[in-house]
Amino acid sequence: MLDIKEISKTFNPGTPDAKQALNKLSLHLDDGDFVTIIGSNGAGKSTLFNAIAGSFYVDEGSVILGGQDITFLEEHKRSRIIGRMFQDPLKGTAPSMTIEENLALAYLRSAEGTSPFSHISGRDKQIFREKLSMLGMGLEDRMKHQVGLLSGGQRQALTLLMATMVTPKLLLLDEHTAALDPATADKVIELTRDIVGRNHITCLMITHNMKQALEIGNRTFLMADGNIVYDVKGEERKGLTVEDLLERFKAGTGKAMDNDRILLS
Amino acid sequence: MLYILKTALELGLLYSLVPMALFLSFRVLDIADLTTDGCFVLGAAVSVQMAAIGQPVLGIPLAMLAGACAGFVTAFLHTRMKVPSILAGIITNTGLYTINLMVMGWSSNVSLLKKSTIYSMFKGLGFLGDWHSAVLTFLIVGAISALLISFLGTRLGLSIRATGDNIDMVRASSINPTFTITVGLCIANAMTALAGAMVGQYQKTVDINSGTGIVVIGLACLIIGETVLGRRTVKKGAIAAIVGSIIYRIIYAVCLYTKVIPVEFLKLLTAAIVALAIAFPALKKMVAFQKAKTSHTSGRRFEAKEGRKDA
Repeated sequence: MLDIKEISKTFNPGTPDAKQALNKLSLHLDDGDFVTIIGSNGAGKSTLFNAIAGSFYVDEGSVILGGQDITFLEEHKRSRIIGRMFQDPLKGTAPSMTIEENLALAYLRSAEGTSPFSHISGRDKQIFREKLSMLGMGLEDRMKHQVGLLSGGQRQALTLLMATMVTPKLLLLDEHTAALDPATADKVIELTRDIVGRNHITCLMITHNMKQALEIGNRTFLMADGNIVYDVKGEERKGLTVEDLLERFKAGTGKAMDNDRILLS
Repeated sequence: MLYILKTALELGLLYSLVPMALFLSFRVLDIADLTTDGCFVLGAAVSVQMAAIGQPVLGIPLAMLAGACAGFVTAFLHTRMKVPSILAGIITNTGLYTINLMVMGWSSNVSLLKKSTIYSMFKGLGFLGDWHSAVLTFLIVGAISALLISFLGTRLGLSIRATGDNIDMVRASSINPTFTITVGLCIANAMTALAGAMVGQYQKTVDINSGTGIVVIGLACLIIGETVLGRRTVKKGAIAAIVGSIIYRIIYAVCLYTKVIPVEFLKLLTAAIVALAIAFPALKKMVAFQKAKTSHTSGRRFEAKEGRKDA
């Protein structure tokens, strides 16, 4: 499904601030893989996502998604096939537009062929209503409300719905529950599992919760210094504990995991 | 008195497409587009020159097209060349001065003498008497605002609104912000040029400096309208532009007539209104902060006094 071959990215090259954020990183995901990613601060987790989503172009290497080479495809074109969520609930929705209008924007991805001058149809609204009711937050009765009036958790659930409105080939979740209170975070994680499972979406999820990293999905990456230092799945992953992970990390990098949020959680 | 009100209404309607264009660029797209001043004159120049060669009706769409081109230049500088949006507008505006002179045949003033305009033609239909200018302008402005409101509800319109509302989200959701900003600025400037085109044919003259300060007046109109109607929805925003523009012209007419405020002071007053209205949230914060600070320090002073007594 996703093939990344030896990608590298250096920020501010040739200056004293030069920082190699990705270092010849390669990975291969199978169709339907749900991978959790953990790593130290500055390990290159978000940079990896930015490289896949096209926020910048990589210095070398290639990114191939579903057989299509997207290495030099513009970001907004990639986002037709890649869904993305950020930690900040404010980032994924347009606050002064209504729930309905936000969903219509997400639905644009499937709108290839329809006129840019067409309005939201009654059939679209029906689809939005059904999808919203799956969240179980009562948002289906508030479709004309502005998104800015919703809570962070509601907005993040809505963003999840928007990112998967048209089933993406790949879903990138960048600590998408980190800014929510624990109960809401659980709810959004539950929704994520549900939607990803039901639609068989290939998914990469960054998390700082090691327990969660082992519980969710079928595969886990440990990242350090711009590369994947440990990749575990299947039987080996099932027996793994958080202590084992920390051990593995030390073995892989020669130093202890330093991620302030992981240590705190 | 009725005559004054009628003139205020006419002028308010004529100029109302400027605040409406600013509603699109400044409120919806969140870009301060300073192309407005030059673009207004461009529309007037094209329309007056077309009327001079006997094509007043054709002059209107051509003026809009010219305005859209000006908007495109600003958008190109801003999105592709990464020039900050305010500077991009100022650059286009400066360049437009020469373009406008060129359109006006290198003369700083062009008048239409005994040429037919859309207004004289409409008057020729002969069933509205004195109100023909107001009615025709109202029809045009009404049609444009209805089109704008409808357009902002379409897929493309929603994408434009999202671009101004949350650019991060837009980048992550298959919308190309370069495209939406360009379309938005082209439409906004076409509307500004249309206002210029109507004013030019209404006054039967165009002056190279007739656009000076139009952008600030437009903002003042928009802010006045929003204060009256609120700015929650797109529909309210578009209507606020028209209402604000008419109120502004009435205030202007009253000043002119009663001389409560000398007319020479009006631009200064307009600038002050705009500055205050935009500064309002910051001022509110400052006042709240000062209040909190005063109550906090006075509380502490009290505690300190109490403490001394104990000692």
